[in-house]
Amino acid sequence: MAQALTRAMRDAMAEDPTVHVMGEDVGTLGGVFRITDGLAKEFGEDRCTDTPLAEAGILGTAVGMAMYGLRPVVEMQFDAFAYPAFEQLISHVAKMRNRTRGAMPLPITIRVPYGGGIGGVEHHCDSSEAYYVATPGLTVVTPATVEDAYGLLRASIASDDPVVFLEPKRLYWSKADWSPEAPAAVPGIGKALVRRTGTSATLITYGPSLPVCLEAAEAAREEGWDLEVVDLRSLVPFDEDTVVESVRRTGRAVVVHEAGGFGGPGAEIAARVTERCFHHLEAPVLRVTGFDIPYPPPMLEKYHLPGVERILDAVARLQWEN
Amino acid sequence: MTVQELPGAGASHRSTPPPAWRPRTDAAPLLPDAEPYRVLGTEAADRLDPALMRRCYAELVRGRRYNAQATALTKQGRLAVYPSTVGQEACEIAAAMVLEEQDWLFPSYRDTLAAVARGLDPVQALTLLRGDWHTGYDPREHRIAPLSTPLATQLPHAVGLAHAARLRGDDVVALAMVGDGGTSEGDFHEALNFAAVWQAPVVFLVQNNGFAISVPLAKQTAAPTLAHKGVGYGMPGRLVDGNDIAAMHEVLSEAVRRARAGGGPTLIEAVTYRMEAHTNADDATRYRGDAEVEAWKAHDPIDLLERELTARGILDEAGITAARDEAEAMAASLRDGMNADPVVDPMDLFAHVYAEQTDRLREQAAMLRAELEAEDQA
Repeated sequence: MAQALTRAMRDAMAEDPTVHVMGEDVGTLGGVFRITDGLAKEFGEDRCTDTPLAEAGILGTAVGMAMYGLRPVVEMQFDAFAYPAFEQLISHVAKMRNRTRGAMPLPITIRVPYGGGIGGVEHHCDSSEAYYVATPGLTVVTPATVEDAYGLLRASIASDDPVVFLEPKRLYWSKADWSPEAPAAVPGIGKALVRRTGTSATLITYGPSLPVCLEAAEAAREEGWDLEVVDLRSLVPFDEDTVVESVRRTGRAVVVHEAGGFGGPGAEIAARVTERCFHHLEAPVLRVTGFDIPYPPPMLEKYHLPGVERILDAVARLQWEN
Repeated sequence: MTVQELPGAGASHRSTPPPAWRPRTDAAPLLPDAEPYRVLGTEAADRLDPALMRRCYAELVRGRRYNAQATALTKQGRLAVYPSTVGQEACEIAAAMVLEEQDWLFPSYRDTLAAVARGLDPVQALTLLRGDWHTGYDPREHRIAPLSTPLATQLPHAVGLAHAARLRGDDVVALAMVGDGGTSEGDFHEALNFAAVWQAPVVFLVQNNGFAISVPLAKQTAAPTLAHKGVGYGMPGRLVDGNDIAAMHEVLSEAVRRARAGGGPTLIEAVTYRMEAHTNADDATRYRGDAEVEAWKAHDPIDLLERELTARGILDEAGITAARDEAEAMAASLRDGMNADPVVDPMDLFAHVYAEQTDRLREQAAMLRAELEAEDQA
């Protein structure tokens, strides 16, 4: 996945001279995860810029650059390091189009490596998506596959609106039989995809939890459950129709994500599914999420992250008897 | 256990200093003067440009009238709120005057007058404060960023824009305005640091008007002056009398010239005074005395210039009358513009959130439309 992301930026920069990559360590080092590797060498330091270490400054100057017609791609290094930039993000990035009645859109892509499962110490593993999806004006996407990493990042950079691009850290090293020479068409931002068809229940998920859900779906076969897995890919806009269509067919749904459950994206999704699928549901919509705790230390994260067992337990609870 | 008794306390003293990774540069050229720079009432006034000064005078009179009219409009309920710049007109006018057409102005919420002096229609400039929309103009058309209500957050925008323009080879300078309170915000410091590191063509103008709402400068900073803050970032700090429009024009022009020539950013502190309350919603008598306000009245920016120019024969009664007539005409047109009820479209709520409306917003827009239709039928 890491290489697909690099390739997406490289191709975008080659095609469009207004695309600029910026952030802490993105130049000479190529980023702490090497996602921007080689970009400074190929396009020069003016187009792939090591900035001073200040997230509000990084995003704030990107706003000014976008005001002048550039397409900045900003790296936030780690989920929890993005918080100093929240005022810029919420008060300016998300609102500039609206404040100016459409006169000044800001085509900024904000790349945020997020989530746990890599044994990182505190402040390196937050699932911060709830903050972003609660902010009108932001588009929020998260790839779960190598192909989507490329396609969604290209689409994000091409978008005339600011996009928070959440990169699941633990999938950086995931591999796939994918060639950047012939990238499969990605149907743009805002489309969910059924990754596995099934008839017994729908698992609704995104980003780092997709592989876990696919594994759970395989394991559930032994229990006689044929699970459908929907990958949202985009949290805002939310592809409600794909989700609703799936749940109406299967009659049961579990939403799975790493972020805490209270006020997390799963709460919203469960509510929407309930509103639109009420008469099709055989059981309440359940959620399997991270606990409502600050992200735990590395040796405890396996107890926090939703795994296959917890998903299977929820699926078992879908045999609802009222 | 006291701190001294903690294990390891005091053990970190180095016996030899670490090697410096780069030579220290001399901070002296970056330091501001001890006293605010002045032109009016000094020998430097001998070289005043009469035509420029007559224009400055007319703009100041117009600016004072604009302040008075906007304040009156708040009393009539036509403006939700107005942060006055009475006493600060020289800063506002000079900031607009020193910019070329292609340059950009980044105003704070208090700087509507600077936007008007740059050529923005006074009614459009007050859209935010009237409440019919957030920004009443196309920023690109006038090269005036939206008035920024969050403090100092527009400063990094100015840096980014100036940096982008320079990357594209365009001759553009950005001038960003902030108050004394805004210099305590993190965005102020990050903006100055980025600007200096990138040598971006930016001019930072701090209007030190004495108070951040009610908090005086002494409780805002421990620095000798706000201009001193430039030194730490590696940019020159200039201290200037903000009520002296000739000094403001000179210092700002010099900084703009320097930025345009590739010399990097400058931090300018204009020492001025907010003669009126923070806004019409504020009671200034709670935090300052009349004596202080009276003392500053004797240093009024319009009187200072008028005295100098009339003494030197640059301005006469006819010139003063002409400036006042021009200001009255502006006020009349502002009144007319503001007395017309703004037309708002409720569907605008959803029109500019995203380039492409989401299903969610389409649904909510349909709901509001149905409510409005039901209201019409009732």
